Amino acid sequence: MIEREQVLHVAKLARLRLSEDEVETMVGELSGILEHVDRIGNLDLEGVEPTSHVVALENVLRADDAPWQSLPREVALASAPEPSEGAFRVPSPQAE
Amino acid sequence: MTDILDLTVLEAHNAKMAGEFSPQEHADAWFEAAGSDELNAYLWQNDRGAEAAAIEVEQDWNAPIAVKDIFCTEGVPTTAASRILEGYRPPYTATAVRQLIAAGLPILGKTNMDEFAMGSSNENSAYGPVLNPWDRERVPGGSSGGSAAAVAGGLAPWAIGTDTGGSIRQPAAFCGIVGLKPTYGAISRYGMIAFASSLDQCGPLTRTVSDAALLLAMLQGRDPLDSTSVGIEGGVSLPDREDLSGLRFGVPAELARDAVDAGVREVFERTLRKIEELGGEIAQVSLPNAEHGISAYYVIAPAEASSNLARYDGVRYGMRDGGDGDLIEMYETTRSEGFGTEVKRRIMLGTYALSSGYYDAYYGQAQKVRTRIAQDFSGAFADVDFVVTPTAPSVAFKLGEKTDDPLAMYLNDFFTVPMSLAGIPAISIPAGLAEPEGGGRQLPVGFQIAAPAFAEQRLLDAAYALEQGIGFDARPGGQDG
Repeated sequence: MIEREQVLHVAKLARLRLSEDEVETMVGELSGILEHVDRIGNLDLEGVEPTSHVVALENVLRADDAPWQSLPREVALASAPEPSEGAFRVPSPQAE
Repeated sequence: MTDILDLTVLEAHNAKMAGEFSPQEHADAWFEAAGSDELNAYLWQNDRGAEAAAIEVEQDWNAPIAVKDIFCTEGVPTTAASRILEGYRPPYTATAVRQLIAAGLPILGKTNMDEFAMGSSNENSAYGPVLNPWDRERVPGGSSGGSAAAVAGGLAPWAIGTDTGGSIRQPAAFCGIVGLKPTYGAISRYGMIAFASSLDQCGPLTRTVSDAALLLAMLQGRDPLDSTSVGIEGGVSLPDREDLSGLRFGVPAELARDAVDAGVREVFERTLRKIEELGGEIAQVSLPNAEHGISAYYVIAPAEASSNLARYDGVRYGMRDGGDGDLIEMYETTRSEGFGTEVKRRIMLGTYALSSGYYDAYYGQAQKVRTRIAQDFSGAFADVDFVVTPTAPSVAFKLGEKTDDPLAMYLNDFFTVPMSLAGIPAISIPAGLAEPEGGGRQLPVGFQIAAPAFAEQRLLDAAYALEQGIGFDARPGGQDG
């Protein structure tokens, strides 16, 4: 149903590193869930409009002014694991 | 003197007005009660207690409240029961909570939940499971399990939670209290940590339908900070309907065929007779696509979650791990250490469903099923005023009973998911007690009533009349010490 290689690929897309045990479990569990979910794959829904939002709303706009203050920089940085020089510091994206 | 903790919020209000006790005494009693939490219902408690409660006598409905830990509260720990947000103190407060504070409600504490609201048993909390006050070997339901257990266990007079596929209604049913999922858009989602944005909705968990109405009146409204919020036109007032005459209640033919425990079915059938005694009419309706609700839901919700949870990357807030490597390594280590098993499973499921080559087959198809389910309800409501089902197929199950089988856990949401997909309001009220399959002490059974979008007032009125007719005693202590 879903192969080990696919699990590893999806984990990479999702930025998750799975242990060997987790990969094994995930292959079995995701296959079981997808088998159930696949029942809707056989329904003939040709021409049915997809629903992404249930309440009829369009063009929710506001006046083009500045209605509220954004967070002060020091407040926005207060929860950061590694704030530095008024910014969020991250490790280098270049692999060593 | 009356025991304050026995009173509903409405009853306490009347007693305060009659001078039986002061608002301060009322608040103090609840802060003291919350402090005796043995159910792991709270993740954080407001230890400023009565002092912070400094209650204004003029305030009408100022009973202290328990808030699910999914709502951001400025300066107060907010974790969504995840390790990845351990120690996080948000710089702002969710609109729903701000409205409660503005109405004079002191916050008792933040309640335990399934991590990021993903779960039906509260066993997915990174901070340990919540125990059901009716039987501590059983789950309180989820994901708003802490809020439900707090209200049922006498640790809070009322609480708020969130419902994405049943996360208010199912724990309310398992704990013998009232839980209302309002129409999508009735209450602002601003500051509510996002799980599945097209489904998430805040709502009340209370001892009675009247208290749910009081709370909904304070919570609902359009919020400029959430462009999907619209509020409830005409507001919400206290329900006062005495009978159900002239109202038609539809029982879905398809749902009735599915596996429901004998005890739950018996209470459900008895409640239908009660509706008839009160003058209501029972009819059969057809929701042919509702049986595909679980399949559609477990594509749509994980897909939206996988996108929403991309923000937890160790950069701006929350924990960071693996900072000695490169950027990708830090992301992966942080997320792998920070998320629990169920959250990882749903991120994987959602990422798979949205990945190249699978999008149309899964997400696209699920959104079409969603349309069909909404159409089923519209069709039913052309004939009946409400659709009724059991809230859950069983009473509260045992801790650990379903943790090894995620699909069995998902199927527990069978009756609550269709309303979420259709965006319509639904309430669970306690309808009686039933013995669990396999024996054991009697446990609460929930009765679910769904109404058309934004028909909350009619829904509350009918639920109130039925609640009076049933006369359920919502205190676990009443049956067992």
